[in-house]
Amino acid sequence: MTRGPSPELAAPRTGYHIERLTLGNGLRVVLAPEPGSPVVGVAVVYGVGIRSEPEGRTGFAHLFEHLMFQGSANLDKLEHFRHVQGAGGTFNGSTHLDYTEYFQTVPGNALERVLFLEADRMREPRLTAENLRNQVDVVKEEIRVNILNRPYGGFPWLRLPPVMFGTFPNAHDGYGSFEDLEAAGVGDAEEFFAEHYACGNAVLSVTGGFTAEEARRLVERHFGDIPARPAPPRPDLAEPDLTSARHSSYVDEAAPTPAVAAAWRVPDPVADLAGYLPYVVLAEVLTDGVSSRLVERLVLKDRLATGVSGYTGFMGDAFDVLDPTALLLQLNLPAGGSAERVLEVVDEEIERLAADGLPPEELARVQARMVALLLRDGDAVIGRGVRMAVLELQRGDPALLNELPALLTSVTAEEIRAAAGRLRPHRRASIEVVAGRAR
Amino acid sequence: MNAVTSGPARPLPELGPDSPLVLPPRAEAVLPNGLSVTAIARRSAPLVELRLWVPMAMVDIAEGALLAQTLLSGTGTRSATGIAVELQAAGGALSGTADPDRWLISGNCLASGLDRLLEVLADVLGGAVHPGYEVSVERERLAHRVRVALSQPPNVARAELLRRVYGDHPYAVDTPAPERVEAVTAEEVRALHGRRMRPGGASLVLVGDLDPDDAVELVGRRLGGWGGDLSDAGAEVRMPAAPAPVPGPLLLVDRPGTVQSSIRLALPASGRGHPDTAPLQLANLIFGGYFCSRWTENIREDKGYSYGPNSVLDHSLGGSALMLSVNVATEVTAPALVETLYELGRITALPPGPEEVEQARRYAIGSLRLATATQAGLAGYAGTLAGFGLRLDYLTAHAERLAAATVEDVHRAAATYMGPGRAAAVVLGDVERVGRGVAAVTATEIRRSPSEPGAGGPPGEAEPGA
Repeated sequence: MTRGPSPELAAPRTGYHIERLTLGNGLRVVLAPEPGSPVVGVAVVYGVGIRSEPEGRTGFAHLFEHLMFQGSANLDKLEHFRHVQGAGGTFNGSTHLDYTEYFQTVPGNALERVLFLEADRMREPRLTAENLRNQVDVVKEEIRVNILNRPYGGFPWLRLPPVMFGTFPNAHDGYGSFEDLEAAGVGDAEEFFAEHYACGNAVLSVTGGFTAEEARRLVERHFGDIPARPAPPRPDLAEPDLTSARHSSYVDEAAPTPAVAAAWRVPDPVADLAGYLPYVVLAEVLTDGVSSRLVERLVLKDRLATGVSGYTGFMGDAFDVLDPTALLLQLNLPAGGSAERVLEVVDEEIERLAADGLPPEELARVQARMVALLLRDGDAVIGRGVRMAVLELQRGDPALLNELPALLTSVTAEEIRAAAGRLRPHRRASIEVVAGRAR
Repeated sequence: MNAVTSGPARPLPELGPDSPLVLPPRAEAVLPNGLSVTAIARRSAPLVELRLWVPMAMVDIAEGALLAQTLLSGTGTRSATGIAVELQAAGGALSGTADPDRWLISGNCLASGLDRLLEVLADVLGGAVHPGYEVSVERERLAHRVRVALSQPPNVARAELLRRVYGDHPYAVDTPAPERVEAVTAEEVRALHGRRMRPGGASLVLVGDLDPDDAVELVGRRLGGWGGDLSDAGAEVRMPAAPAPVPGPLLLVDRPGTVQSSIRLALPASGRGHPDTAPLQLANLIFGGYFCSRWTENIREDKGYSYGPNSVLDHSLGGSALMLSVNVATEVTAPALVETLYELGRITALPPGPEEVEQARRYAIGSLRLATATQAGLAGYAGTLAGFGLRLDYLTAHAERLAAATVEDVHRAAATYMGPGRAAAVVLGDVERVGRGVAAVTATEIRRSPSEPGAGGPPGEAEPGA
């Protein structure tokens, strides 16, 4: 995709040196060497996520992510943690709708050790009944602390999909029901690993202080003999767009004030990037800061909301999502606030934007801020490492990282206007939080 | 039950040689108005990070928080929207927060926008007018945010612990009660701004794609006029020393129906630069300060009681403390408390293993490297150090102290500070379900209703939670 930047702003461009290779077993590898950097980031992403879960196994992708830290062929339980932190590093994992990521940031002298750790669990994690029971308990505590014992828990990312979508993969609760989690067995885990955790379904990225030759040698040494297995077929996630508005509400016993979120389907982020980008920028035109359309109107002028945010992708990242996905608006209301009234004003502001468009200065400043935030996320080796791995996994194009600032600034006012024109009330799914603690 | 390990055993690769911690190029100056300025070059992305620490000792926390919230709400020459527009055009943003020690104004922008960012910052520092209408809007938003925060059990438990530990010291309340926020007037905010939002004792840190000397000079030009010709009243006010946590019966606060109990403990600790601090940091890591700690391995990875316990060495200007927090399923509250007290007792009574100390040491030193590897991380670190009157070379000195600590030093620090008998403890939970178990473990005082959230002084009558 080649497009010129808006004349108002020449976006700073990053020049990360990025190499791609594929091992004989099908594992895709992305290297971004920056000799001189004191740290390295190692990320492995697998093309499996919440939307890959079978019916009756809600929450299993996330539970399995926990199991990947519980030991592997040559590593006892707890060793992964100790070897990473004991090298001065950090680790984490995270389950998304369409992929699962594992990552470490370590001082440069621990690169080979971390490659060993990732290769060992890619080859053969230890899936035992004891570890499974223990991690079911841990995940239940995670759900209690993040969802059940917290106001607005899971709002809107777990609450909106069932309103917007009709099929199990798109609509179900990705944290999972306690019932499904407790019913999961080692056999499920073995099947899940066999199907989804294949070399052909994974991308390894290495970023930071090393040379490309060194990294190629180490990657081949540790990952080269993992048995080849192809990626499973992609699940069919397609669903038709809404033809009439859908609205739902629920009581959140812990919430002191109401809230509402609205979402509209957007073009396919991979197949139609050019069609998708205007929505990514539109979300910020509507909600980024005091000078944005909705904050100025709803928060400062009409005082119908106390907080507004907007983004594409249910988990808040525009560039790690597959179709179908959405542009979301999230609004916190004052005590006694009306969700209906707020949505009316949102419609009104979107209509105004669709009718009148926006001045070039307004678009340019929103784009400038978006570029700065994108560069900031990429300043951490692991931030850009995970980003590159996901771009490779979903698009076969990790170097798109270097192009994203220019792509964002190439979106035109006319495209924003057209995108706003598509956010019509009849295509909207919305979810309202009724405050259980309201006095 | 053992894993079906197949194939040849593979050895864990050794770590390569360590590289030294290299501090980035930097420049600093104290401006005639008292503002100290540090500029650090880190050209990894075409951005600049900014942190401005302004002392806030002895300021009413509700007034201080609302001031931070309306700092960008307008000046003599710029409206709230005008400020936002200019910052955004620089690819930038600024925001202010308040805690009992300081206001922290944080921001970042495209490197090409730094001059604009500083120009707007100078305007709001010297000329924010905190307009009546905007103050009323932000007051409502702040009260809302505080209500949400104080409706969360972990935050309520923390508030109860702070009150118990700090009594009538300012650290007793770090989140103001919504009712207090709602009572603050625009006049009070303006008066506070004139009195205390001043350059004396304040420190500004810039990190990013910049030339350090040029950046210090630019700050001098833009912020040299901040504060006018008045003397630096703000620098005179010091945070009084905070009391160390005092042990006593565990305070069990009732939260009927809650699905988890929030356990919070405070222990005494030494401050930055004290000879005990590096060994104490290592002792705390071994106990509960990172994922590989005994506490985490015990109650999460072995018993599945919790998603993750957490123990932090918390430094404030008035003193330091170890703050322990863990949320556990209601039905395992008493056993989780037992394991917590056991692990504290164990680190105190027995010396740690040499390999445990080495692992914690490598983690602590590696963390310094990782935390300062990004512009934002480095700015956060340097900004906090500056608030304590320290400079970046503190990092190398601290790394050396961590490297030098022996097993005996670590054990001695644990024995001095971390004994379970020294802890002040609070549990927020469903008394009906956890009261008997907790009281069987340790001396317990039960309170049926939480204190008025964010209120200072002794616990008062309040409406029941949930």
